[in-house]
Amino acid sequence: MATTHIEPQVDAISAGRAPIINDLSIQVATVNGSGSQTANLVLLRAIFQMGIPVSGKNLFPSNIAGLPTWFTIRASKDGYIARRRDSEYMVAMNPETAEEDVLGLKAGAVCIYDERLNLKRLRDDIVFYPIPFDTLVTPVCPDARLRKLVRNMVYDGVLAKLLGIEMEEIQKALQKQFRKKAKAAELNWNAARVGFEFAEKNLVKADVHTLQRMDATHGKILIEGNAATALGSMFAGVTVVTWYPITPSSTVCETLTDYMKRYRIDKETGKATFAIVQAEDELAALGMALGAGWAGARSMTATSGPGVSLMSEFTGFGYYVEIPTVIFDIQRVGPSTGLPTRTAQGDILSTALLSHGDTKHPMLLPCSPAECFSMAIEAFDLAEDMQTPIFVMTDLDLGMNTWMSDTFPYPEKPIARGKVLSADDVRRMGGFERYKDVDGDGIGYRTLPGTPDRLSGWMARGSGHNEKAIYSERADVYVNNVDRLARKFENSRHKVPAPITVEAAKPDVGIIAYGTSHWALIESLEQLRHEQNIDAGYLRLRAYPFAQEVHDFINRYQRIYVVDQNRDAQMLGLLRLECSAAQIAKLRSVRHYDGSSLDARSVTDEIVSQEAAK
Amino acid sequence: MATATVPPAPSAKTNRIGLEMSIYKGSKSTLCAGCGHNAISERIIEACYEMGVEPHRVAKFSGIGCSSKSPAYFLNSAYGMNAVHGRMPSVATGALLANRNLFAVGVSGDGDTASIGVGQFIHLMRRNLPIIYIIEDNGCYGLTKGQFSATADVGSKLKTGVVNDLPPIDTCALAIQLGATYVARSFSGDKRQLLALIKGALAHNGTAMLDVISPCVTFNDHEGSTKSYSYVKDHDEPVADVSFVPFFEDITVDYDPGTTTSITMHDGSQVLLRKINEEFDPTNKGAALQMLTESHDKGEIVTGLFYVDPKRENFIDQLNVLDEPLATLPESKVRPSREVLEQVMQSLM
Repeated sequence: MATTHIEPQVDAISAGRAPIINDLSIQVATVNGSGSQTANLVLLRAIFQMGIPVSGKNLFPSNIAGLPTWFTIRASKDGYIARRRDSEYMVAMNPETAEEDVLGLKAGAVCIYDERLNLKRLRDDIVFYPIPFDTLVTPVCPDARLRKLVRNMVYDGVLAKLLGIEMEEIQKALQKQFRKKAKAAELNWNAARVGFEFAEKNLVKADVHTLQRMDATHGKILIEGNAATALGSMFAGVTVVTWYPITPSSTVCETLTDYMKRYRIDKETGKATFAIVQAEDELAALGMALGAGWAGARSMTATSGPGVSLMSEFTGFGYYVEIPTVIFDIQRVGPSTGLPTRTAQGDILSTALLSHGDTKHPMLLPCSPAECFSMAIEAFDLAEDMQTPIFVMTDLDLGMNTWMSDTFPYPEKPIARGKVLSADDVRRMGGFERYKDVDGDGIGYRTLPGTPDRLSGWMARGSGHNEKAIYSERADVYVNNVDRLARKFENSRHKVPAPITVEAAKPDVGIIAYGTSHWALIESLEQLRHEQNIDAGYLRLRAYPFAQEVHDFINRYQRIYVVDQNRDAQMLGLLRLECSAAQIAKLRSVRHYDGSSLDARSVTDEIVSQEAAK
Repeated sequence: MATATVPPAPSAKTNRIGLEMSIYKGSKSTLCAGCGHNAISERIIEACYEMGVEPHRVAKFSGIGCSSKSPAYFLNSAYGMNAVHGRMPSVATGALLANRNLFAVGVSGDGDTASIGVGQFIHLMRRNLPIIYIIEDNGCYGLTKGQFSATADVGSKLKTGVVNDLPPIDTCALAIQLGATYVARSFSGDKRQLLALIKGALAHNGTAMLDVISPCVTFNDHEGSTKSYSYVKDHDEPVADVSFVPFFEDITVDYDPGTTTSITMHDGSQVLLRKINEEFDPTNKGAALQMLTESHDKGEIVTGLFYVDPKRENFIDQLNVLDEPLATLPESKVRPSREVLEQVMQSLM
């Protein structure tokens, strides 16, 4: 008689193995353009709706269809939302990368795969769940053209069964995703359903990961950082938006356009209280924003590294003419083709000192969608207060990934328009001098074009002008002017968002990080404490120029690790420009620059290894 | 006793809004004596004075170069921005987005427009932004001492003996093709024509592009240059004799109706063209382009109003923005309510 191999019929948890609840990273490997984004976001949202803290990271190619994409969903009962270096679950849908994907898994991991790929042969130390995707999807999606797009929903159903994700939540998430497209929602729902049913009938759970309802996401929202930036800009009262498409910033202005059309049309006249223009390039985008800022609008542009490079000359012009505007830089990896869709904190040093001659610019450094919102509002106020371009530095990870966030508080402070003189003011004063430091804070008074007084007019020009804005090449006039600009910049140290510090009991190790690194950092601090008994202080920079607190923090600890998501330790470099020799001697660097978002383990490993070598 | 019967001072001549000519003047020019650009500044001053333009509503824009210095030499009480090289169109666009009530007057040069700034120039023309865009065109870079620009003619010679062997960009043909709605060429030395064209431009609601040949007396006014005074005077072929009648004056012109075309601008002003060239119709894009090509082949510099379309909607109107300046809208118009934020937050839960 032939013997057949018999799979175990009792699932692992029932067989007595301890379940691992709500602590899981799922990586889905697909081909871009295959509709996988819908399947992944529905999965993310369903877990979120079950009250479990969740995050999603999309690692995608610079391409419309056909190249590999990885989406990582992390559920964490402890509320950690940084990317995890290793995933417990892999959904291998992409034939091109499947073998490498499987070989990269840790022992004991789980792989759900298209059974045609025959991946089981590759390893015997992981759990495989083969799924006949095509057989399952064909009956529920007779239209072959659509089949490719709904096929991915099958794994949502399979995962729901294997992990205990509630199908009602999958259905609700689908409805949210498709809103008014009921037919599309139904097609996708049917695909998820057959996946679930197949798993129910045919798979015996051989792993111990499960998801169970919690109550940790109540009152929270799911949002991309770029959408939060857009919302912040709208509530800041932006009136002129000029931009040029570039990944990963485009969705700032696209989302903003949607919101503005909805919420910023004047009710009495039906006309727009804003102008949004897609410019011919980044040079023009910033030129327009500066022209608008000069004429009194709250203006902005959004771009990424290559765009910032092109805006260099105009930024210096804005600095010297002293024009308010806000530039959102959604940072990414370097120029031209290659990795424009991967994240980096790549423009820190070049932006701080952007342009030629003596120039430096305030930068705000949000770490979360909530800060994208609040700092956008602060940036517009600061720009008009300081009469200078303000940069808000986010990155692809923050801008384009979906984040769990608290709701955004309504801005309570009224909009502050800075030192602007009316015609009456000018008449009363008998004229005005545009660049005179009347108040001793380095900031002059300006009039807006169109102000109806004969003495209000003035001519804006670059570096060579006197206090009356009249052309001058005199050495003393130039020096006075740049010194005043330096004073203005110095005074902004206490105006920009202050750093946030968590002190340690011992004065050994301090860590400085900024932006999205924060999410890996808070997890890494726990790892250092529990695994290595290293109690580290932590300062999160929220702006440049640096406040006094930064110097105090560096003075307090013996070794300072500065975490940068770039090769050249750019923030550390910027700190060195302002630190004393004794402070500089304390600075060490932790760098991450492979294009993926930062994970806690990489930070912990690096600090542990440098601490061991101290 | 000194119950003075002081004779009233002779009242200075004023324009229709009660302002004296001196209000429209600028600072003393620092350009070379005899520079064509100065003559253009004078025509701008006259045109604004005669049309009764309110100086505080004027925003002057320029890029970099000799030409771009000239906004300082007219309308001192207006607002101005001397921007960066080749980027005047973008700052002007932004300013008009912020305040649509401004009168934008841009002055550029042939290098600033046709070389470094050709990208922004092209897109400005496409948008039909309400602006007067004057190119002070001398075919060379003056401020960097006489290199060729992209409007220099083939065979044109520099003072140094260098001969240009690349074809010129015809900024007028380009502007017509791209959508500018008032396109003309003139000569800085032709006072009457230039004044009429600038006044017509002031009445126009859209992009008015004027290419004004303006010889560089220092670097490009010699034999061998096709942008010298003598060359232009010898080769100037007006397509029509241009007159301008503002909306506030009655039309009492002695043109023979059979040879005159009258174009009504959006404010009711009239541009009158006495035809010299019988076929010429300034509302026909194709004919205008053909005429420019043919005259170029013949080595003529045609001047006059080549193309006008007073009906096309301008860029700001197209955007459907409020009538009042966006720049000074109150908080109540630009910050949505608490309820809106709540509604958005709910939709993201």
